[in-house]
Amino acid sequence: MKKISFSTREKRREVLARLERFGLDLYEQLEKGIFPNITMPSRSIDNIYYSPELRQYVLGDKKIKRSASNIRHLRPFAQLVWMAFFTHELTQNQKTSTLRDVFYSAQAYDISFKDQDESDDIITDLETILGCTREDFNVFPEESSAVFGDLTIEYTIPNYEGKRLNLTSHPDGVMIGPALTSAEFIETSADKVIAIEKGGLFTRFIEERVHERFNAILVFLRGQAPRSTRYFIRRLNQELGLPVYIFTDADPWGMHIAMVIISGSANAAHIRELTTPDAKWAGVWASDIINYKLPSDKLEDIDVKRLHELMRDPRYKDELWQREINVFMRIQRKCELEAFSRYGLTHIVDKYLPQRLKDLED
Amino acid sequence: MKAISQTFQEISPADFFYRNREIAGFANPVRAIFSAIRELVENSLDATEPMGILPDIYIRLSNMSDEDENFYVLRVKDNGSGIPADYVPLAFCQFLFSSKYKLKQSRGTFGLGGTMTILYGQITTNKPVKVISSTGPPKIYEYTLMIDIQRNRPIVLDRRIYDNNDKWHGTIVEVNLEGDYPKAMPKILEYLKQTAIVNPYANITFVDPRGRLYKFERTVAKLPRQPRETLPHPHGIDVETVYRIIRITRCKTLLDFMQEHFHRVGKRTAQRFLEFAGFPEDADPKKLKPEEVVRLVQAMKNFNEFLPPDADCLSPLGEDILKAGILKELEPEFVAVTQRSPSAYSGHPFIVEVGIAYGGKIPVGEDLILYRFANKIPLVYDESGDVSWRIIKSINWRNYGLMPGMPFAVLVHICSTKIPWKTVGKEMIADRPEVSREILNGIRDVARQLGAYLSKKEKAKYEKTRLSIFAKYLPKIAEFSAKLAGKEKIPDIGELLRRARKIEED
Ligand SMILES: Nc1ncnc2c1ncn2[C@@H]1O[C@H](COP(=O)(O)OP(=O)(O)OP(=O)(O)O)[C@@H](O)[C@H]1O
Ligand SMILES: [Mg+2]
Repeated sequence: MKKISFSTREKRREVLARLERFGLDLYEQLEKGIFPNITMPSRSIDNIYYSPELRQYVLGDKKIKRSASNIRHLRPFAQLVWMAFFTHELTQNQKTSTLRDVFYSAQAYDISFKDQDESDDIITDLETILGCTREDFNVFPEESSAVFGDLTIEYTIPNYEGKRLNLTSHPDGVMIGPALTSAEFIETSADKVIAIEKGGLFTRFIEERVHERFNAILVFLRGQAPRSTRYFIRRLNQELGLPVYIFTDADPWGMHIAMVIISGSANAAHIRELTTPDAKWAGVWASDIINYKLPSDKLEDIDVKRLHELMRDPRYKDELWQREINVFMRIQRKCELEAFSRYGLTHIVDKYLPQRLKDLED
Repeated sequence: MKAISQTFQEISPADFFYRNREIAGFANPVRAIFSAIRELVENSLDATEPMGILPDIYIRLSNMSDEDENFYVLRVKDNGSGIPADYVPLAFCQFLFSSKYKLKQSRGTFGLGGTMTILYGQITTNKPVKVISSTGPPKIYEYTLMIDIQRNRPIVLDRRIYDNNDKWHGTIVEVNLEGDYPKAMPKILEYLKQTAIVNPYANITFVDPRGRLYKFERTVAKLPRQPRETLPHPHGIDVETVYRIIRITRCKTLLDFMQEHFHRVGKRTAQRFLEFAGFPEDADPKKLKPEEVVRLVQAMKNFNEFLPPDADCLSPLGEDILKAGILKELEPEFVAVTQRSPSAYSGHPFIVEVGIAYGGKIPVGEDLILYRFANKIPLVYDESGDVSWRIIKSINWRNYGLMPGMPFAVLVHICSTKIPWKTVGKEMIADRPEVSREILNGIRDVARQLGAYLSKKEKAKYEKTRLSIFAKYLPKIAEFSAKLAGKEKIPDIGELLRRARKIEED
């Protein structure tokens, strides 16, 4: 059993401090009688670079300046300051809010967003300025994924503070929501993380006691994983030192679900601590379709187009990826995780999984 | 063999117009009632304005009897110069008798309009016309008249004389006629409204058969400048006119003849012209052979050194009056007017006046709105055949920040001693390059002014929104940054708001 150090409270203190500094800076500019301005890294396409060292997309040196003397900047400027204020309240009071809640909350302060996209955008601005994720200031997306396995956590949110929970206590898994994201990790017997794209297979794995048989924490990604889940996986990897294996459908979209967990997305280039560079895409590979004689479908045009894009993407330059992309192109087939059922419901757990984990561990 | 026999017959002008009444605007009961009002109103305006009298015109249309809806009594009363008693029968009951066969601008020109109205009334109701007129004290004359159509002569049925104790001068015409007022009503009201636009110095009152009162009140006490009678310009001359002049001239030489009878011909010009035309200066005009007269007229048309006709004989509205008329009837938010400098086509001087009005009572329609006027008369029929219509359709309004469907109207007024009518109906103006050029340039001028106004307005509106954006958001920025920073006091942004106002002014 590992004992884990506390990190969540410190993080919260740091986020609050950054928000306050941001406010103080504007306040001082106003006191000096000048139109306040904000400088932040540009998130435009021409300022997004792939960093091979960090193995993720990052923002370049280009900055943009928002000035309150510019008529076009005023509205987003005020929205941004409000957002900072609002999230500061949230964080301080340890309340959480969904993206949608934030959008509606603005109205009470006579700040308006024309739609949720606009408010989501301002949240992204705030992330860029503060250099942390919206989950750090207690804003979460609606969708959420789940986790199951022998990990004991301790809540830090009000009313639950100090309470502990073992993540095997619920057979459907535990939702990766704000409470879990901000919880401290206490102890675990697991030695790996298995992340799964689809719900059906996640349930099957729990039924088949994969967590026990393979000593694993199981994470249900629900397709393209939400940021809180990516952040959670990163914490499992960094704080607990657990290797991460990702299982997806064998098609370009499945590959990319794995890739975003590993190397992040261009949309999140302004955020550093979301990626898990050492995580591995464990399957289903294109070559598995051949080796395991899996039932498959023909690639659609749009799949082929996507494969061409991925082939040129710097994140995909490693051998495994290039190899699998080539196999896809050659066989022109794809298949789903469920394809293993052809050989019986437990085949994937009994045969495929042990072999693949063994291969990757070597 | 049977002899072919043909009957030859001479008809009088009255007979001619009786047979061809549609060419004078009396084709059917709808059009007839419109034309009757129009002709009498225009005669009244001609009898007032050029004499320096501010017109007061009262029009009453009533049903002749309760039984028949289609017969009306039309009574038009003015405070004009009146008609000398002896001329009343001729003026009203003889075609082609007019006081306006002169070279100066007036509404009437043919000696036809009033008489045609009376003729039409007579043939549809078989009733006489009543004319009451006075040129001032001591007497007022009242005539009851009919037209002898075949002979084009007046028949005086009755004549009465009254004392004029109230120093009244003016004319009252009361005529019975068949018509269709309900159908003609929209055009009649439109005509009166547009008449009021170009005659804002007139009081016009109309009481319709149902007793409804329409009042178009005078808003300017100033009259347009009065036209001065002028000589014909050599470029506008024809053989017949030259013969008429030769018949009455006392000049013994062509050199004198040219200077005496033609507009803008001095001694030097006359000499150069005769040399150009190949006539000796001392030739006797009365001894010119027919082919020589033709040659002289040809030469007059081809000689380029005559000075252009001047515009003394014209009576344009002037920018102030046109503007007042537009403001009065259309109540626009913006109006621009322009008077083009005088010009001439074929020796006939003309002046184009153009106005543009935006907003106010101007309706928003799908198409452009055009008001056309000739010699202060509105033209309300046959718009699409008119040169002005062609021109406004050819303009790219977007260049001026305008487009059809915006509430603006274009007004075009042409005044001339000879309006280039397309047809005898006097509703459409023909496309003469000299005239259309002036119309086009005039429209461009006012359209530019309207465009400038609209963009200025747009800018003012923008500036207002701009400041409201500062006023809305700066306080928010101050409030929330103070709260974030944990400060009690919210920074004062008054100075920044003042500076925001300046940023734009710079
Ligand atoms: N209300 C009036 N007051 C004074 N004179 C009038 C009035 N109405 C008509 N007249 C005289 O009668 C004449 C004939 O009128 P009429 O309307 O027939 O012809 P016009 O006005 O000269 O030309 P047009 O055919 O173009 O109307 C006029 O020229 C004018 O001298
Ligand atoms: Mg007349």
